[in-house]
Amino acid sequence: MFGWAFLSPFLLFFAFSFLIPIVVSVRAAFFREVSKGGLFGGGEKVETFVGLQNFKEVALGSTFWTGIGRVLLFGAIQIPVMIIGALALALLLDSLLVNRVGFFRLGYFMPYAVPGIVAALVWVYLYNNQIGPVGRVLNIDFFGHTWILAGMANMTTWTFTGYNMLIFLAALQAIPTDLYEAARLDGASEWMIVWKIKVPMVRAAALLAVLLSIIGTVQLFNEPAAMAVKASWMGGSYMPMQMAYNTMVGTVSPSGAGPANAISIMMALVASVLAVIYAWAQKKVD
Amino acid sequence: MAQKTAKLANGFEYTPSVGKHPRSLQPSLPARAITKIVLILVAIYFLFPLVWILFTATKTNAEMYSTNPFWFGDKIAIKENYDSLMSWSKGYYWRWVFNSILYSGAAGVIGTFISVSAGYGLAKFKFRGKNGIQLMILAALLMPIALLTVPLYMVMYKTGLTDTAWAIIIPSCVSPFGVFLGRMYAETSVPDELLEAARIDGAGEFRTFFTMVLRLLAPAMVTIFLFIFVATWNNFLLPLMMISSDAKKPVTLGLYGMMSYFDPVYGAVIQGALFGILPLVIIFLFLQRFWQAGLAAGSVKG
Repeated sequence: MFGWAFLSPFLLFFAFSFLIPIVVSVRAAFFREVSKGGLFGGGEKVETFVGLQNFKEVALGSTFWTGIGRVLLFGAIQIPVMIIGALALALLLDSLLVNRVGFFRLGYFMPYAVPGIVAALVWVYLYNNQIGPVGRVLNIDFFGHTWILAGMANMTTWTFTGYNMLIFLAALQAIPTDLYEAARLDGASEWMIVWKIKVPMVRAAALLAVLLSIIGTVQLFNEPAAMAVKASWMGGSYMPMQMAYNTMVGTVSPSGAGPANAISIMMALVASVLAVIYAWAQKKVD
Repeated sequence: MAQKTAKLANGFEYTPSVGKHPRSLQPSLPARAITKIVLILVAIYFLFPLVWILFTATKTNAEMYSTNPFWFGDKIAIKENYDSLMSWSKGYYWRWVFNSILYSGAAGVIGTFISVSAGYGLAKFKFRGKNGIQLMILAALLMPIALLTVPLYMVMYKTGLTDTAWAIIIPSCVSPFGVFLGRMYAETSVPDELLEAARIDGAGEFRTFFTMVLRLLAPAMVTIFLFIFVATWNNFLLPLMMISSDAKKPVTLGLYGMMSYFDPVYGAVIQGALFGILPLVIIFLFLQRFWQAGLAAGSVKG
């Protein structure tokens, strides 16, 4: 009884901003706003049940799948780079090789304090080959077809590596040091301690970090939105989340709540399928 | 502290590595030097954009093309850039920063309170449906939040809340991670004996919660507040969808509008970015250990 009482404020907010939107979203995905006609076709809009039509259009059109393809390519390269980088940095900072970890720990984490969209826009300036040091030195067109995904991958790597590193570092520091003592007494080298004790012990943390990264990547929005400021060729549906947003606000057709929600639901399905596949694969490996 | 020692098979004396590690485990000098160089190079990668922001905020457009990106130009144009920032934002800039503080602060306070209350309820009471609720919260932890934004917009629109502070604050309050952390913390740091004693003394459940439990949960509350505050401050898609009037924009949305101009005064925009980042950097610096604590708790849940 009291349990419910303590839970109720949270559940109220949770229902309003999680459960109701999900229900609304599923319902809306089966409807579409259709103009009533009228003499000039500009009549009042009426909500009409269209069955699976919204889903069909998304699933059969190529735009959505091209976007998903880009997300997959992006994630397949960026997530391993970021996770392995974060793990390597955490292992270095947790090792005997470094005495003063405070500065590095804070410095690597600092980009996380920069709001995603602001970080993305700052990198857009850094990539600029007239004013930006990165663009000037590398002399690469980050806003062209070839390099744009790499440009965005760099932004997310810059922002989130430190965050993931802290997760790993926290997990590493939770390992009882007796384990290392015992291993050393048995003649284990520091390398063996890393591979046989430390890495296996942070597996749970790694699984979570990868799952959150997959889910975050599928809904990538800030970075492509910032790049689109300079690369207008990207259009409104380069990445699936951009497509969902622009469909909702009406800059991509077919527009409106119905198609937008169909896209959102399809993205959620793709994200969960990827997450389940990854979790299953890791279990298989263990 | 007295240290235990042991003879190793090869005859070396072994000292346990409590605090400082023993000399027998001291890595070689080259290994340490290489590590240090690598760590410093990585630090440069993470920090140079921030340093660049500091210098660029003081430059005119012309000097940006001609001068060293990591040093001042001949003319320090802080004032000029500040004036452009103000006129471009139509005087709204500080209003945007204030909005961000208001939205993030309100979401942080409300969100922290409802999270620890729910976490405490889950940790210390038995009731039907508890497992279902815990499962739901765990599922929400992995829910792609951005995908809720489109349907959230529809809910807010129907209830007339779009373009109000509530459209940002209400969804930002809900933190499944906060509930999770609150529950874990309540389980370990609120002793059952204490609750029993309070009950025997005749204190009501709510009185016990407000006078005793909240005090015990204070460290978890700081962490949850930080997480919600930062997440709300950094959110971009939600305000982009919900807020249309200039006076109600948070600083992220305002800056995006300014940066999307065709030919911006870069220094002004960068100065705006700098002021938008500073509050978070300051919070991070002062409350570092709470971040660590929260991440430690988060990392063991897998």
